[in-house]
Amino acid sequence: MSIDTTTSVSLGVRDVHLAFGANRVLRGVDLTVARGATACVIGPSGSGKSTLLRTINRLIEPDRGDVLLDGRSVLADDPDALRQRVGMVFQQFNLFPHMSVLRNVTLALRRIKKLPEDEAVAIARAQLELVGLVGKADARPGHLSGGQQQRVAIARALALQPQVMLFDEATSALDPELVKGVLGVMADLASGGMTMVVVTHEMGFARQVADTVAFMDRGVVLEAGEPAAIFETPEHPRLRRFLSQVL
Amino acid sequence: MDPLRTLWETFFDWESMREALPEMLTVGLPNTLILAVSAALLGSVLGMLLAIAGISRTRWLRWPARVYTDVFRGLPAAATILLIGVGLAPLGMQVWGPNPYPLGILALSLIAAAYIGEIFRSGIQSVEAAQLEGARALGFSWGEAMRVVIIPQGVRRVLPAWVNQLIALIKDSSLVYFLGLVASQRELFRIGQDYAATTGNESALLLAGLFYLALTVPLTHVVNAIDRRLRHGRPAAGPADDIDDTDLALPGAAGGNQR
Repeated sequence: MSIDTTTSVSLGVRDVHLAFGANRVLRGVDLTVARGATACVIGPSGSGKSTLLRTINRLIEPDRGDVLLDGRSVLADDPDALRQRVGMVFQQFNLFPHMSVLRNVTLALRRIKKLPEDEAVAIARAQLELVGLVGKADARPGHLSGGQQQRVAIARALALQPQVMLFDEATSALDPELVKGVLGVMADLASGGMTMVVVTHEMGFARQVADTVAFMDRGVVLEAGEPAAIFETPEHPRLRRFLSQVL
Repeated sequence: MDPLRTLWETFFDWESMREALPEMLTVGLPNTLILAVSAALLGSVLGMLLAIAGISRTRWLRWPARVYTDVFRGLPAAATILLIGVGLAPLGMQVWGPNPYPLGILALSLIAAAYIGEIFRSGIQSVEAAQLEGARALGFSWGEAMRVVIIPQGVRRVLPAWVNQLIALIKDSSLVYFLGLVASQRELFRIGQDYAATTGNESALLLAGLFYLALTVPLTHVVNAIDRRLRHGRPAAGPADDIDDTDLALPGAAGGNQR
């Protein structure tokens, strides 16, 4: 698979805080992802992993702290423009059910990037080809399996040539036999040089694909490091307990 | 005279019907359609604006939409039509002369907008928040995401309820007769009523009723067909989504017909 990742940049999250009322969801999160590297974020439910992703593309504005792309803060940028540079893939795919697969992928290209129809279609077809679904271009998302839908969602995000890709439990809603295909696309993307933050419960994927694994609990990164260190020699007791439960 | 026969002739006097038929076809039907279609178009546009105002994050849009809906849904249609059609007539006289149609259409539209606004709003609000998040994550602004992703899905879900409202409009268009119509402006009901008055039997009015049924019954079947399609036809967005469609369409449809 050859995806254009020449656009990818480094990502930095610096001391990000966020509270919903009295509920302090993020309590000073730091995360550094080098250009072209993949960081996997693991941790128990409710630890703030998904919220962290949403503060990176500012679907949720952090209360304080900073988010850096290529070393530059993005918090003063226009959030809509920022989100074109940061691709996101959701647990529930979030494809638009009233449009064909092809239209799902071309929509932002036409409406936001203002590309002419034929150019948008060419890009979309190329992206669908990469995820092996160009044959489904005219189908509605509802006619696809969950795994196929998620691959379309990845193609849709990649079509905008993002600088960073965020994955929010991209395989958690899939039947077990469909997980592999999606993880395969994600692994290809990682080895192709895309900067990625992957929130996941797939420990095998984290171990094999990640350059960095960050363990989050109660709104902070308790431990981060290379996969081997995290999985073989975990130091924090919370991480050890977590790993003993999921492995 | 045989009372049964009298009853029969009151409703099924073919001669009276035949007499009324040409004018119903050439004057009444076109006029009813002009009133109903114009009010449907204007009412739907206004209804969409009300729906969007109703879900706005600014209370200065939400509250007026709420008050408008309460007022126009709460007043009897006849009262609204008289208030606007007669009350604004001096104003209308300046703009388009003594023609009661513009104000009649306006009044019908304002009433329909209150109902259609609620129908659209419930549909739009039924679209999962994840759809908005998905669109925002691609870089769409809130307005653009609503326009391209959320509203088309929401409206689709309430199409049956919307069509029901159009049926109500066809029937309510008869109320413009309050505003005083010259011969060429009479719609189905008024023509039926006029013939009934001159012939001394209700047959022409019954014929007008048949015209209304010829318009509304096919529409109710359109509603049912849409409803069936949403329910069973295409697995539009997975099973969960289909359940939403029907759940929402039904209460809206029921509400749409209540006056």
